[in-house]
Amino acid sequence: MRNERRSEEIALGIRRRVFEHTIRNNGGYLSQACSAAEQIAWLYNEELRLGEPTLPFVPLPFGGVPSRDNAAYRTGAGYNGPALPDYDRLIVAPAHYALVVYAALIEVGRMAPEGLEMFNRDGSSVEMIGAEHSPGMEVHNGTLGLGLSTGAGLAFGRRRRGEGGRVWVFMSDGELQEGQTWEAVQACAHHGIDNLCAIIDVNSQQCDGAMESVMDVGDIVRKLDAFGARAVEIDGHDIEAMRVAAHTDHDKRPLIIVANTSPFKGMSYLQRRFPRLHYVRMSSAQERREMNLHIARELEMAPVAEYC
Amino acid sequence: MVEIVSKPYARAFEAYAVGNPDVLCLSADLTSSCEVDGFRDRHPEQFISLGMAEQNMLSFAGGLGMAGFRPFLHTFGVFLYRRPYDQLIASVAYPRRKVRLMGFLPGITTPGGMTHQAIEDISVMRSIPNMTILETGDATEVESICEAADSIDGPVYCRILRGEVPRLFKTPLRVGEMRLLSQGSDVLIVTSGIATEEAMRAAGALRNAGLSIRHIHLSTIKPFDGTELLDHIAAVRHGVVTLENHVTEGGIGSLVAETMADNACGKRLVRLGLRDTFAHGGSRAYLMRYYGIDGLALVAAAEGLVGRSLGISETDLSEARVDAVHSEAKAEAL
Repeated sequence: MRNERRSEEIALGIRRRVFEHTIRNNGGYLSQACSAAEQIAWLYNEELRLGEPTLPFVPLPFGGVPSRDNAAYRTGAGYNGPALPDYDRLIVAPAHYALVVYAALIEVGRMAPEGLEMFNRDGSSVEMIGAEHSPGMEVHNGTLGLGLSTGAGLAFGRRRRGEGGRVWVFMSDGELQEGQTWEAVQACAHHGIDNLCAIIDVNSQQCDGAMESVMDVGDIVRKLDAFGARAVEIDGHDIEAMRVAAHTDHDKRPLIIVANTSPFKGMSYLQRRFPRLHYVRMSSAQERREMNLHIARELEMAPVAEYC
Repeated sequence: MVEIVSKPYARAFEAYAVGNPDVLCLSADLTSSCEVDGFRDRHPEQFISLGMAEQNMLSFAGGLGMAGFRPFLHTFGVFLYRRPYDQLIASVAYPRRKVRLMGFLPGITTPGGMTHQAIEDISVMRSIPNMTILETGDATEVESICEAADSIDGPVYCRILRGEVPRLFKTPLRVGEMRLLSQGSDVLIVTSGIATEEAMRAAGALRNAGLSIRHIHLSTIKPFDGTELLDHIAAVRHGVVTLENHVTEGGIGSLVAETMADNACGKRLVRLGLRDTFAHGGSRAYLMRYYGIDGLALVAAAEGLVGRSLGISETDLSEARVDAVHSEAKAEAL
């Protein structure tokens, strides 16, 4: 698909959609949109080589889980296009970013805006924590730390088949606390898996609060390099920096872009909620109204009319 | 005299894998212990060493499955589900990847103690949607397990016997088919895995004492169609004894109990296995005796069902097989 808009515009569109959704639903994964909007926008709008979506523009309802008897089962990967040899595959490791991904799918024209209205509705495939069958998802990653290993296995298999497409994993920094992430990096290094790339949203936040207070992960870049990846550190809101980083030579190693971000980027109002940012819920009508007005102004959009 | 086959898995896996290029051999630092070291040396391009990192191995295998490969994971059974349970569920079971989990050292077949003994694996695997469970009970079943496992459209967990394995059966393991080993009418014995060899000895002694024994061997534990089992239960007068190399909760004893209860079958049932206990390290024969999962325990259970002592002693249980701790057929003493 041709990218007709700049990734910066896509990123702004993601923030606006997630913000509006959060106000309407009195809560949401808002800080994830702040930190990851540029990364997800850049992946979908520029970096990933993807074909046309293979699933309906308006998402189908939940069609059952995989089972022997469910022949019609589909993952949500069809929104990323067909799984052909030369196309890239995307694995969204922290499925809590699903809302951000759905917003991105709408912004790049892969999913209808109505899709977001189905978010977390009973019987919908547009689930709160992205499931395999949710738009843009190919595997379950609601349990953190699985994504890079899965990507590594898929990349190994695709290389073995001589496929030209790469595997991209979108990760979160909280996952670096999981031992499996480091097992995956060492396995990639040992097997020279270099058709695998990852970008980590280092927003320094996790469910309990600031990562340094919960479990500090230290010098991520040095650790990743020491485990055998090619790690490149960038400003995660600088799309040009992503373009440059993606061209880093990483022969026989996976490329991991360490994207330092702010969980308030574009929505400075959220600073006053620090360090409770994992899921933003408004505690009063007053707060909802205040947030609606402040953030809408910063995003240069009209506030959500019903909550002014 | 029973034929003893040395390392049937090693030959069987190699023969199967070389003809199936989408089969990959994965190992987690127990390559020789799982008898695939020769395969590694002769077919390095089809072998992936993933080190002592089972969580990664399970998700990595899921990724290989996404690329259309059918990875065979080789390690001790415990390491396929205890540590990497989350990965087993999310990366393998849920998406129905064609991952073949080859679990060595089932139950008390290892002197390695609690950390090495997969005593609740069947119970765990039975409760996982989409999972198939196969268990080998002799050399012929080990020789045919790769083809059987690879025929499954989804993930499959297999209990594999290694080293010196007796040959009890002439025909290969066929998924979904139970083996009828004797057709008596007094007591039904249901066994799987190494419990079958043990039960065959006990069944002989019971027969010599005048009991008519019906004995079935299960190699497909899940999915399980109870119809045939119910016919066998209906064919015996006194009841059913199950004997398994596993805890009595969730294994084949439970499987039989559930089948009976679901079908309002009023016959008596005695379940033998590890009774809500972990085991410790020791020889197989010692552990089977110590935990009451041997031929003598089976005899006692049958006596209980028929309501009389049959006067069977240990010497009546023929051909007791004792394995040496150190054997050429094993990579280490485990």
